[in-house]
Amino acid sequence: MSTDTKKVLFGPIINNNPITLQVLGVCSALAVSNSMANALVMSLAVMMVTAFSSMFISMIRNQIPSSVRIIVQMAIIASLVIVVDQVLQAFSYQLSKSLSVYVGLIITNCIVMGRAEAFAMKEKPLASFLDGIGNGLGYGAVLLTVATFRELFGFGRLFGIEILPLIQNDGWYQANGLLVLPFSSFFVIGLLIWAVRTKKPEQVEKD
Amino acid sequence: MEHYISIFIKSIFIENMALSFFLGMCTFLAVSKKVSTAIGLGVAVTVVLALSVPANQIIYQAVLAPGALDSLMGVTDPANSIDLSFLAYITYIGVIAALVQILEMILDKYFPALYQALGIFLPLITVNCAIFGAVSFMVAKNLDLGESVVYGIGSGVGWMLAIVLMAGIREKMKYSDVPDGLKGLGITFITAGLMAFGFLSFGGISL
Repeated sequence: MSTDTKKVLFGPIINNNPITLQVLGVCSALAVSNSMANALVMSLAVMMVTAFSSMFISMIRNQIPSSVRIIVQMAIIASLVIVVDQVLQAFSYQLSKSLSVYVGLIITNCIVMGRAEAFAMKEKPLASFLDGIGNGLGYGAVLLTVATFRELFGFGRLFGIEILPLIQNDGWYQANGLLVLPFSSFFVIGLLIWAVRTKKPEQVEKD
Repeated sequence: MEHYISIFIKSIFIENMALSFFLGMCTFLAVSKKVSTAIGLGVAVTVVLALSVPANQIIYQAVLAPGALDSLMGVTDPANSIDLSFLAYITYIGVIAALVQILEMILDKYFPALYQALGIFLPLITVNCAIFGAVSFMVAKNLDLGESVVYGIGSGVGWMLAIVLMAGIREKMKYSDVPDGLKGLGITFITAGLMAFGFLSFGGISL
């Protein structure tokens, strides 16, 4: 693999992460990060939609008049989200039930359109596809990290399996009620950004 | 009249788009560096909400709602009733995208400074989950046309209030001694979390 491809594919995981650096796709990262299973399926769905929408938009980028580009992009993204929704319903109905609202909200996930605007409108289809996969991986990495914290310390479970036995079930762990509330993901993501930027000081933005 | 005022107050404070539902977070975090830009964006979002919520209300009730097209198509048997509600998401996004595109052209022509300041975040109003979310809530709450106008404006004002407050805090925060890695985005996330914590207290008020 050439260094260019590697940079496009793995760069977004830490160096150019969509959530911690580009500030895209935060809404759903806050909403679905309360359990590992939801976070995993959501990341896969976002990765697929971003990769394929970037590829298709890049294929027709020279034919799209810039005045109607948003509508063209939205049509492609919305169709892909419907496909993802149908696939989820066909193969894992239970999960699609628990995610139903959030799958629809991928349409409004800024990562998908942010990458279409910022990358796919300029680059070749293959590079755009890899960029989509890479950004999906970066999104998934943050989502899974946050979900690990929230499910483990908020409920004492991971993937629904009990890790820290709760006091209510004759265990020893007192669940942290704050992590069950949705806004706790703000704090977890904020601290995560702190950790990443301590390691990589060049990411700190200058005023 | 009292009924409309109650919807208005409720959509600003109790059901604040940004701080209670975490919708529209990408732009909320990225464009809240300066109060003046935040006001500009807040006005743009309010205008788009005030137009797109009622527009989608009309389209939903006239075309997409189950049975809406029955009399037009001459269907009398309830078993054959036409239900187009599965097209709801793609229709909403189409209407929103068209409105944003028109707004973009108007801003480009008459307010170039604001157009430059908003940059990539103007097309991203389309994928601002606050707009999509408000439209979905409007359908879920079954609002009529008058109520949906009030609801659209109210949630826009609520979102604007949140982003202007945030920008105000961030302008003051320039003078604070924030740890290096936490500067910028990290502390913004934590501030937003604390603000959401504060807005939680409006949840006890019933109107």
